[in-house]
Amino acid sequence: MSESTHRRHTSPELPPAGTTLVELSGIGKRYGNIIALRGVSTSVRAAEVTCVLGDNGAGKSTFIKIIAGAHVHSEGTMIVDGQERRFASPRDALDAGIATVYQDLAVVALMPIWRNFFLGSELRRGPLLDIKAMRAITRDALAKMGIDLRDVDQPVGTLSGGERQCVAIARAVHFGARVLILDEPTAALGVKQSGVVLRYIAAARGRGLGVVFITHNPHHAWLVGDRFVVLKRGLAMCDKEKSELTLDELVGLMSGGAELDALRHELAG
Amino acid sequence: MTTTAPEGSTGERDPAPATLADRETRAAQSAAIADERVAETGLVRKALTRPELGAAVAAAAILVFFLVMAPSFRTPAGIANVLDASSLLGIMAIAVALLMIGGEFDLSAGVQTASAALLATIVSYQLTLNVWAGVFISLGVTMLIGAMNGFLLARTGLPSFIVTLGTFFVLQGLNLAVTKLITGSVLATGVATLDGWESVRAVFASEIPFFGAHLKISVVWWLGLTALAAVLLTRTRFGNWIFAAGGAKIAARQVGVPVTRVKTLLYMGVSLCAWIVGTITMARSGSVQANLGIGLEFEYIIAAVIGGCLMTGGFGSVIGAALGALIFGMTKQGIPAAQWDNDWYKLFLGVMLLGATVLNTAVRRRATGVKE
Repeated sequence: MSESTHRRHTSPELPPAGTTLVELSGIGKRYGNIIALRGVSTSVRAAEVTCVLGDNGAGKSTFIKIIAGAHVHSEGTMIVDGQERRFASPRDALDAGIATVYQDLAVVALMPIWRNFFLGSELRRGPLLDIKAMRAITRDALAKMGIDLRDVDQPVGTLSGGERQCVAIARAVHFGARVLILDEPTAALGVKQSGVVLRYIAAARGRGLGVVFITHNPHHAWLVGDRFVVLKRGLAMCDKEKSELTLDELVGLMSGGAELDALRHELAG
Repeated sequence: MTTTAPEGSTGERDPAPATLADRETRAAQSAAIADERVAETGLVRKALTRPELGAAVAAAAILVFFLVMAPSFRTPAGIANVLDASSLLGIMAIAVALLMIGGEFDLSAGVQTASAALLATIVSYQLTLNVWAGVFISLGVTMLIGAMNGFLLARTGLPSFIVTLGTFFVLQGLNLAVTKLITGSVLATGVATLDGWESVRAVFASEIPFFGAHLKISVVWWLGLTALAAVLLTRTRFGNWIFAAGGAKIAARQVGVPVTRVKTLLYMGVSLCAWIVGTITMARSGSVQANLGIGLEFEYIIAAVIGGCLMTGGFGSVIGAALGALIFGMTKQGIPAAQWDNDWYKLFLGVMLLGATVLNTAVRRRATGVKE
């Protein structure tokens, strides 16, 4: 109860938990005669985390680029807020409330946190920056994501990888994202830092956002996911809710159980 | 089933109190960790976020040194001389520093001062115009040179070092060849008899009383422009974009910063300052040497680097560049005032540049690499 009050307080325009924000059916993408993705269906709902898993080259990037507006799908339909959409640019997707946090995070390491937070969307009073307000909002937005930085003047470069992710996520949330696409946020991180990022993903979900979490780590996905899509060579191997799966099944789907058995046999021999 | 059911999938959300409490505890823990770190490195980091710190310390040390060693340093006339020697370099250092923070170099900055001065002089004299007309035509053309630098950089994708090295030679050739072609010598002159000369002199080359000595108006231009540029860099949106364009071009583009436009405007800023310096040079003597400014581009860059600008962009300060120029001015005046051989000046420059670069690199490593 208190949590939903909190959510309404922070982002009044977010729909109730469980509302379908993005519905994909039979989505596919061809590059010339190469089929990068075929027949993928899933949904992203408010206050849920949809995990997209797959090995390198499985089609994860193509999949998120379609939702993020970087590519237009060549098959299937994408319904955003009840309307069929084909995003012409990332700007289109952003305007529909879909924000993407890429691996490189789009942060400038030498710039203070608050300058990074507002980069490209600076608050001004007349011709000058409203530094006081930007500092306060940055501190506040980060605190809401569960990270308490006393000093938002330190360069982003001094933060850990996980904390930088958090700044990028908090920025996307603050600037009106309702759907947050996270492109392998834990890929370059150690165990502890990954934990930090997973916590922020849970925090974003707790605030009512629909999260698309791209990863190749089924253990990370299992910790925060509500729905799992496993891609393999451009096809969806599974689109299931957490209740329909077990972690072992997910790991098996990911690594290809039979292939793993063969490998085990080979290495043992 | 109920334990693994996704939260909110049923449309009802009733978070367990344990989860909330847990989250709060974790938040408190992370807060404690963050605070600890801030307390630990607070002072060091605070100092490191001021890029001009090194230059301020060096400037103070050099000032004290020459105050002791060179008696003429202690007079108002001596101070006026130092400020004058710093001012022209300082005006250019402002624009070059902003450009460097934006991630680029301009090797044509020095010869642009000559181009601006020659243009104003030759156009006014040859067409017998009011000097102001020549000065403003020169402004337009010089700004075009800057825009061209930015355009070439954006279109070719080449390093600015190469692009502006090209501009440097083109302008150097033009300055000499065109001046010779039109005036028959490498000296452009004759503006002092034209209309508007007195008022141009008043704006660009007058002197103001300074404790019994005379202070050149270029010092006022320098200090004024420094203040303006410092506000621009640290207090405006454009300043934020300068840092971003130089610090991480791709990231800046991703969040909507018009990187190409920012860089082109910075090149035009260099041209604007080159025009101011060129006009001041012309207004002081009424004539311009066609080889003016060659080699000075490195002094501008050195002043900016001593002032804390990173060669790689994304970090630096206008105040620092002004201090860098002041260090130049003090040394230029201080070495002869202390009755030493002038050759020591170059040695000093090299040492300062190396010292500043090493310091700056350490700063950047500190700011970017600690947690990786």
